[in-house]
Amino acid sequence: MSENADIVETDVVIIGAGPVGLFAVFELGLLDLKCHLIDILDRPGGQCAELYPEKPIYDIPAWPEISGQGLTDRLMEQIKPFEPEFHFNRMVTGVEKQEDGSFVVTTDENEKIKGKVIVIAAGGGSFQPKRPPVPGIEEFEDHSVYYSVRRMEEFRDHDILIVGGGDSALDWTLNLQPIAKSLTLLHRRDAFRGAPDSVNKMKKLVDEGKIDLILGQVTGLNGADGVVESASVKTKEGDLIDVNCTRVLPFFGLTMKLGPIADWGLNLNENLLPVDTEKFATSEPGIFAIGDINTYPGKLKLILSGFHEAALMAQAAKKHISPDERIVFQYTTSSTSLQKKLGV
Amino acid sequence: MAKITYIAHDGTAFEVDAENGSTVMENAIKNAVPGIEAECGGACACATCHVYVDDAWTAKTGEAEAMEEDMLDFAYDIQPGSRLSCQIKVTDDLDGLIVRVPERQA
Repeated sequence: MSENADIVETDVVIIGAGPVGLFAVFELGLLDLKCHLIDILDRPGGQCAELYPEKPIYDIPAWPEISGQGLTDRLMEQIKPFEPEFHFNRMVTGVEKQEDGSFVVTTDENEKIKGKVIVIAAGGGSFQPKRPPVPGIEEFEDHSVYYSVRRMEEFRDHDILIVGGGDSALDWTLNLQPIAKSLTLLHRRDAFRGAPDSVNKMKKLVDEGKIDLILGQVTGLNGADGVVESASVKTKEGDLIDVNCTRVLPFFGLTMKLGPIADWGLNLNENLLPVDTEKFATSEPGIFAIGDINTYPGKLKLILSGFHEAALMAQAAKKHISPDERIVFQYTTSSTSLQKKLGV
Repeated sequence: MAKITYIAHDGTAFEVDAENGSTVMENAIKNAVPGIEAECGGACACATCHVYVDDAWTAKTGEAEAMEEDMLDFAYDIQPGSRLSCQIKVTDDLDGLIVRVPERQA
């Protein structure tokens, strides 16, 4: 870990770029606070973008029906005047309090962002690769079983088993085949979710005898001391076979996990952050929590509740940063100074 | 209205009166049938409401659509009658439906 990594400075670091994190940019922006947002996904929208981009949502005030993606797009348009800065594909690994009361947030790419205030809007946690429901798979993780490829060299000259039928499974089949000792792609059916071009390239490798394609499901892993030797597979026809492999890459989609937030010394209640309903402050002064990640008496996990929480939190965050400044409450409809900030 | 029988993995049967238009998943959650998690709340975005539709009923419940098939890739121990229960809508035709809950959800 480099101690000299360049530190970006801002007013507020928002962890999570879902709808509530995005709207917080608006409320904080009206109070002249500049925001950086960090999200593990590669785009804004959080669950709305990842889980149900096309699904209609019916309980957003004044929108009788709007899709997850539509809501995200409109929030992005609404916060544009405040020029938020996004750090996508990043997971926040640590938050460190500084002597001056500010915080330095570190990402898994070892970037550092210093904020006067932290807002945790992390929803159900960060999206992480799902552990497939194979009994005993845990003992092989990080030795033989990997859920992503960080270093291709880890796979050179290995018998590789890739499980799945989406883009990740296909892309890594194509990328790892040239350096693998052998490569087997296992999928439960003959239809693939990935890009047609990747599917064609994969099928060509099968035809050329360079990879094996098996239709079936993994039922178990065999080996010892964390090292896999083979996988037990039930084929589509119902036969039980063993597939030799020393590296396994299962791609079973994403799930939400609280992740490193649990290690930041904040009070937690069943993986949620208890807050008050005036400031939405956590147990650490200067760290706020809004949206699905927080809990309080009567909490409803609704986007609209998260928006309300963002508005109140913004007032509290402003007071935390500038305790001596008088905050004059204003409406966007009538305040010329707010309209100037919005560029209207 | 349809009477649905959920058979938990340990063999316990749960009989539920389900309203037309609701989903097989929703009725399981409402009646606390063990083993159905429905993590995503019914958006066909996870595979944690996986059930096995009894052989006698697969014709009536129909086939999984493409999106559901994609999600079933992530489920545990897929069998011919595998469906995501959030994608089965209750109708009068399903009166008497029997579904079994798998050993585990994904």
